[in-house]
Amino acid sequence: MIEDQLGRCVASWYPGATGVTGAAKLSGGASQETWTFDIVHPDGNVGAILRRAPPGYGASPGRAAGLDAEAILMQLAHDAGLPSPRVMHVLTPEDELGRGFIMQRIEGETIARKILRDEQFAKARPILARQLGRVIAGIHGLPKAKLPKMREMSATKEIADLEREYRSFNWPRPVFELALRWLRERDPGPSKEVTLVHGDFRHGNLIIGPDGVRAVLDWELAHFGDPMEDLGWICVNSWRFGEIDKPVGGFGTREELFAGYEETGRKVDPARVMFWEVMGTLRWGIMCCGMMQRFRQGPDHSMERAMIGRRSSETEIDLLRLLAPRGG
Amino acid sequence: MQDEPTPTELIKAVADFLRNEIAPEIKGHNAFKLRVGINALDLVTRQLALEQGSDAAELARLKRLLGLDGSLIELNRALCEKIASGEVDLNTPGLAEHLWQTTMDKLAVDQPNYASYKRELGKLLDG
Repeated sequence: MIEDQLGRCVASWYPGATGVTGAAKLSGGASQETWTFDIVHPDGNVGAILRRAPPGYGASPGRAAGLDAEAILMQLAHDAGLPSPRVMHVLTPEDELGRGFIMQRIEGETIARKILRDEQFAKARPILARQLGRVIAGIHGLPKAKLPKMREMSATKEIADLEREYRSFNWPRPVFELALRWLRERDPGPSKEVTLVHGDFRHGNLIIGPDGVRAVLDWELAHFGDPMEDLGWICVNSWRFGEIDKPVGGFGTREELFAGYEETGRKVDPARVMFWEVMGTLRWGIMCCGMMQRFRQGPDHSMERAMIGRRSSETEIDLLRLLAPRGG
Repeated sequence: MQDEPTPTELIKAVADFLRNEIAPEIKGHNAFKLRVGINALDLVTRQLALEQGSDAAELARLKRLLGLDGSLIELNRALCEKIASGEVDLNTPGLAEHLWQTTMDKLAVDQPNYASYKRELGKLLDG
């Protein structure tokens, strides 16, 4: 039982803890799981999250930064005063829980439709874009010397990766071809400044409360690269959840996002952000096609994956709106 | 010749049963999965209704655009190659219109409630 293992683990580093209760799996594929649980303590229970690769799953796949890197990044962000959970413990072999870490659980909402529609977030929505601009600038400014080893990406490499993946599907998509051609022709070359890039800064990976952003999660796709990538990705239409006139997550404007970012002294290059928005739109479209591939070939023969495959056409209309807009 | 009811009528009947009788009884993650399943059935009925007409129109446009004959998949592959090589681009007469129409026809099946699609459909109706 995972509660017994977690109880023994927690007792070894949390003074006074007598065990854990309420362990429940929040999400999990074969190689990575997230669990919520409470640490039982005489002074009151403490909410915690376990993020792990279960025993037997060592290496992280492809683009993933790895759980050890994720733990370091979250702790660095926390230490820098950014909204990030405190890392309480990095798993050791003696814990017999696999690889990963335990962090503080932060209460709040990650589901976009609730954040965009529920009354309790009405005061947060108008301030979020600016706030997130400051947060992402803080992430880009984290001290380089302390960062873990990660892959380095550039626009050129990203285009090549996307093209390779798209070609592997062997299914013709003229709109994706147009986008690839557009990106190749406008590839801005290596970024003057290479920083930590979160890589997946969007709804679902942000815990939002009535007061605004409370935590940035899921550093799985973190890497070194062009800081403008994160600003472009959060503007991708797929993360607006129907509020298509508010480019930042369906709640704010680019101007607000950029203003928050520049408050910290960092500079925004709006043309480069737009380039990464097109790249991000194509990237999500190709990820949808990848879901369809895994549905067909893999062990996960689920309706959800199959239906996500049918969402790649959403990115085609969004690419056309960006590259060949119509009047009216 | 196969007999009635048609595939569309059968799928609709199943989807309506799941939507009206079963969905209210199901909770939690299975309720989400059921919704996805009903959406899939609805998508199939839309495809059965629309695919023939949109495929025929797409094929006619591709033949005109490329000056070639072939099947839908062959001509789409040919168009992809021409876009990738730069032989055809947005300045090519008819390309933008073709991509827009093809994409709108896909969305009409895949996701007719997608906000970008509804916005663009509104432009067509106003225009």
